[in-house]
Amino acid sequence: MAKRIEVSDLNIYYGDFLAVEGVNVSIEPRSITALIGPSGCGKSTFLRSLNRMHEVIPGARVEGKVVMDGQDLYGADTDPVDVRRHIGMVFQRPNPFPTMSIYDNVIAGNRLNGKKMKKAESDDVVERALRGANLWNEVKDRLDRPGSGLSGGQQQRLCIARAIAVGPDVLLMDEPCSALDPISTLAIEDLMTELKDRFTIVIVTHNMQQAARVSESTGFFNLNGVGQPGRLIEFNPTEKIFSNPDQKATEDYISGRFG
Amino acid sequence: MTATKTPTERPPAQRVVRRAGDRLFAGSAKGSGIFILVVLAGVAAFLIGEAIPALTAPAEDVPGGEGLSGYIAPLVLGTLLGAVLALLVATPLAVGIALFVTYYAPRRIAAGLGYAIDLLAAIPSVVYGFWGLAVLAPALVPFHVWAADHLGWLPLFAGPASTSGRTMLTVGLVLAVMILPIISAIAREVFSQAPALHREAALALGATRWEMIKMAVLPYGKSGVIAGAMLGLGRALGETMAVAIVLSGGAGATLNLISSSNPSTIASNIALRFPEATGLGINTLIASGLVLFVITLAVNMLARWIVNRRADFSGAN
Ligand SMILES: Nc1ncnc2c1ncn2[C@@H]1O[C@H](COP(=O)(O)OP(=O)(O)OP(=O)(O)O)[C@@H](O)[C@H]1O
Ligand SMILES: [Mg+2]
Repeated sequence: MAKRIEVSDLNIYYGDFLAVEGVNVSIEPRSITALIGPSGCGKSTFLRSLNRMHEVIPGARVEGKVVMDGQDLYGADTDPVDVRRHIGMVFQRPNPFPTMSIYDNVIAGNRLNGKKMKKAESDDVVERALRGANLWNEVKDRLDRPGSGLSGGQQQRLCIARAIAVGPDVLLMDEPCSALDPISTLAIEDLMTELKDRFTIVIVTHNMQQAARVSESTGFFNLNGVGQPGRLIEFNPTEKIFSNPDQKATEDYISGRFG
Repeated sequence: MTATKTPTERPPAQRVVRRAGDRLFAGSAKGSGIFILVVLAGVAAFLIGEAIPALTAPAEDVPGGEGLSGYIAPLVLGTLLGAVLALLVATPLAVGIALFVTYYAPRRIAAGLGYAIDLLAAIPSVVYGFWGLAVLAPALVPFHVWAADHLGWLPLFAGPASTSGRTMLTVGLVLAVMILPIISAIAREVFSQAPALHREAALALGATRWEMIKMAVLPYGKSGVIAGAMLGLGRALGETMAVAIVLSGGAGATLNLISSSNPSTIASNIALRFPEATGLGINTLIASGLVLFVITLAVNMLARWIVNRRADFSGAN
């Protein structure tokens, strides 16, 4: 089920380096939220802090609160493994497991934690996930072939299938289309629009048109200078951001006057 | 400028431009390749040439009086038994150490531990031999007794238990310690190179650390571990000094790991007998050396075959 994420006073560090400072935002369920901003301002860092992937990097840590439907994701009794099962992630570069077949890639998340599934049941999950990711027709005859044998766009959709196969509440996507051609990009954008009925989607993108096309809300990150922490400058409905933003910096960025 | 180029004017597209450096490198690479093959062929020719008299001699003239195969068979068995035992003990241990060092240990401890394991490789095999004889063998005597009592129904532990501990079991364990650094160094290397991309993919799906290792690290490192294990096996098969010191060999073929009558190994048998051997005795020893050569070659080819078998899924593409 799609869930709301509320972030309050979030500071994100790499060791002693404060990369993102003071983020307060509420991400709505069943909608697409886009994060934009110049390179290095901390969009990926912020996104990864939402499913506790940030702390995977040695020395990386977080201060503040991230609450998903009442559950404190950074609470003392919250298991990061559990958080990641409920908040799926799609990375910038497609990363299917090269040693696994297409089928095994899709079902990989469901097989975790020693869970056993009947063949018919897992067949069903794989088909639904691949159909959900608009990939089923292209791969249904070669499910036992390696996932790395697909094209870049197909691999990215395979990764989306893998992420939605476990039935997460939230889907985080970090520039999922940056390595793809315009047609695959459109395919993935259509897919996101379909998926938002079931998931809360947060997407990082450098493509303004993409943000404008798919998202309901947009957050603009910026930083004041090199070595300064990134901040969430403005968070508003996408229409407002692209027509009449509150902040001068947002308008400058969107109209291409910097960044 | 014009589109009316005649065929004769066409630039010779076939001729590849090559720089002097490239040519030099290609030449020296090809040269070293050929050199290695020549050396290998030379060794093989020498072994075969010297082994022929033993191959053709009547059975009663060969040392031991039971023919060439009767002489070599127990040695082959002893060689394989010790080396395989070492491999079975060392590989899981090495993989465990490599995983601990790369993914579990705090960074400071990991570096120190890795260094200590590497040091094991720097110890000369004579030292291992004396360590096995003076320390490990006596220490293992109680285990020999226990194994004979409780596992005696297995041919491997049929007993009677050796009272000195100078047995195939001890040799196998000494060899295991000797090949541990080889396997763990290679395993460590390949594990640490498992792409962050795939490790993060596993973690983002909600994998625990061990599940992440199973999904993204072990499959990636598998062929490297196999290659390392085969290198270790090669070393264990050919190990001479440590085995010669620890083992009181010379008995016939037996699978019994814990009694004091053991077959020797090919390499240690050659080392012990060669100084006093004459005539056909030398040819016999060289024939046994030829067998060791073939076994080692087969092990390496097997390793290569295993590594290539699932190249499709190796992640190299
Ligand atoms: N692993 C890391 N270790 C240390 N600092 C890092 C690490 N990853 C990112 N940073 C720093 O954190 C800051 C934010 O980086 P981040 O990757 O979040 O930017 P981004 O907005 O995603 O940029 P881009 O649009 O180029 O992807 C940058 O100053 C970057 O140098
Ligand atoms: Mg980024």
